[in-house]
Amino acid sequence: MADEPLVLGIETSCDETGVGIVHGTTLLADAVASSVNDHARYGGVVPEIASRAHLEAMVPTIRRALDTAGIKATDLDGIAVTAGPGLAGALLVGVSAAKAYAWALDKPLYGVNHLASHICVDQLEHGRLPEPTMALLVSGGHSSLLLSSDITSDVRPLGATIDDAAGEAFDKVARVLGLGFPGGPVVDRTARDGDGKAIAFPRGLSAANDPAYDFSFSGLKTAVARWVEAKRRAGEEVPIADVAASFQEAVTDVLTRKAVRACKDNGVDHLMIGGGVAANSRLREMAQQRCDRAGIVLRVPRPGLCTDNGAMVAALGAEMVRRGRTPSAFDLSADSSLPVTEVHVPHTEFHAHAHESLR
Amino acid sequence: MLLLAFDTATPAVTAAVHDGTAVLAESYEVDARRHGELLLPTIGDVLRTAGVDKRELTAIAVGVGPGPYTGLRVGLVTAAALGHALGLPVHGVCTLDAIAHQARREGLTGPFTAATDARRKEVYWAAYDEDGTRTDGPAVDRPGDLTPPQRSVGAGALLYPDTFPGATGPEHVSAGALADFAARELTAGRDLLPNAPLYLRRPDAQVPAGYKAVLPA
Ligand SMILES: [Zn+2]
Repeated sequence: MADEPLVLGIETSCDETGVGIVHGTTLLADAVASSVNDHARYGGVVPEIASRAHLEAMVPTIRRALDTAGIKATDLDGIAVTAGPGLAGALLVGVSAAKAYAWALDKPLYGVNHLASHICVDQLEHGRLPEPTMALLVSGGHSSLLLSSDITSDVRPLGATIDDAAGEAFDKVARVLGLGFPGGPVVDRTARDGDGKAIAFPRGLSAANDPAYDFSFSGLKTAVARWVEAKRRAGEEVPIADVAASFQEAVTDVLTRKAVRACKDNGVDHLMIGGGVAANSRLREMAQQRCDRAGIVLRVPRPGLCTDNGAMVAALGAEMVRRGRTPSAFDLSADSSLPVTEVHVPHTEFHAHAHESLR
Repeated sequence: MLLLAFDTATPAVTAAVHDGTAVLAESYEVDARRHGELLLPTIGDVLRTAGVDKRELTAIAVGVGPGPYTGLRVGLVTAAALGHALGLPVHGVCTLDAIAHQARREGLTGPFTAATDARRKEVYWAAYDEDGTRTDGPAVDRPGDLTPPQRSVGAGALLYPDTFPGATGPEHVSAGALADFAARELTAGRDLLPNAPLYLRRPDAQVPAGYKAVLPA
């Protein structure tokens, strides 16, 4: 424990300015400034509003994290930052800040992948990840099944959504039902009073010939809208709780069925679920039941660690330091479409030279 | 005084070190799409050229715009983070003031207008008198809505010759001029600006036009 790395992580890929500090797999601070309320009336995240908020919140959130952890910036062993994927302008604020801190403090810089961070955060809750680990990542921006044999170097995509992300479907259904934004928490809450079997909404890409690990939520979203509109047109009252519960049931059914199947097919006995939608209570419940039945160990971080935060970036950064991975160069760029296979963005030999000459 | 200055509010990525009397080193590269990648290596370069260790710096001066936001924020967040990490005060400078300062040092006499490209057929601009004091702006407008000034500088003026006939350089801001402006103001005991962006426009945010029905009407 004593020689575990002390790492600060910065996350600005969407609307949360997150700064986390970890000591190996121990969480010391998780400071978040969210601009979510500024986006609510637009029904979605407005990139320019998010970027402005990141700039304002960046240094105050770092100060808060350092205070909470009770450390000085000079104590750190490294600075990690989300290099992508995410909103380009938002990412750029975090990447620029991380570079400035790393350079000013003479600490190694690690530009890391947002999706891999969502997986690695579970180390803060349940200890080091088993290798390999199957991960189901579900949020407003992504829905993917990933297989990782080493979270610092090897993350393989098995499948992903071919249209909307699961979280987007929650947002859109919440809008159809007039429940507000963001849709995830409010649909979850509303569904508690409803019957998940009341309406048989379609399960996307679940036929025998469909791709086993890909998802589709666009058809489901449209089906919910059609059903609700038909009711309204007929002058009938819309059973909002039943619609929310049945929609949620359809989403979680497909997600957990495919995740368990991916584990079985690949001989993996651990499933990790991360991303904002992993905070959904029905998804957690159904995943637990199905994993128990299949003899799979389920790992889901607490809801606060599932949504975007800096702790997850720090967790992956700490693992990079521990395993001696090559740091990033100071010309690191934010990459809004960074592929999940690029777990981090190390500098090349050419950059290594520039990196040294900067010292 | 050992001042580190930089600006990312125009297509130039520029940094300089100033000792209170003169510019010790300066870097200037025009690449409107790579502020994020280039700024920190550029800062490292000018310090090395100037022979100054970052721990010897006494203050940071940063151009706070107006300018296209994505690039602008690179400079501001870098300044804020460096200020925190190195324990330095951060002074904001209106980017147009730095351009005007450079124009006067290159021999332009006032009154004149400094204008940069605000895209969307608009310019960011400010007006200066004989003494170089800003008398109007900074503001963002369509060139056609402005009263044509006698003399003008900047890429925004060069872009619209109908409004700004006979416009000249400097096109973009240079950190050397920005540093010199900041050093003079600080030496004269005058306050500079806080490290906050001069956006001048509200964020583009489309409110979705209600919920669209999926059933045929
Ligand atoms: Zn995420």
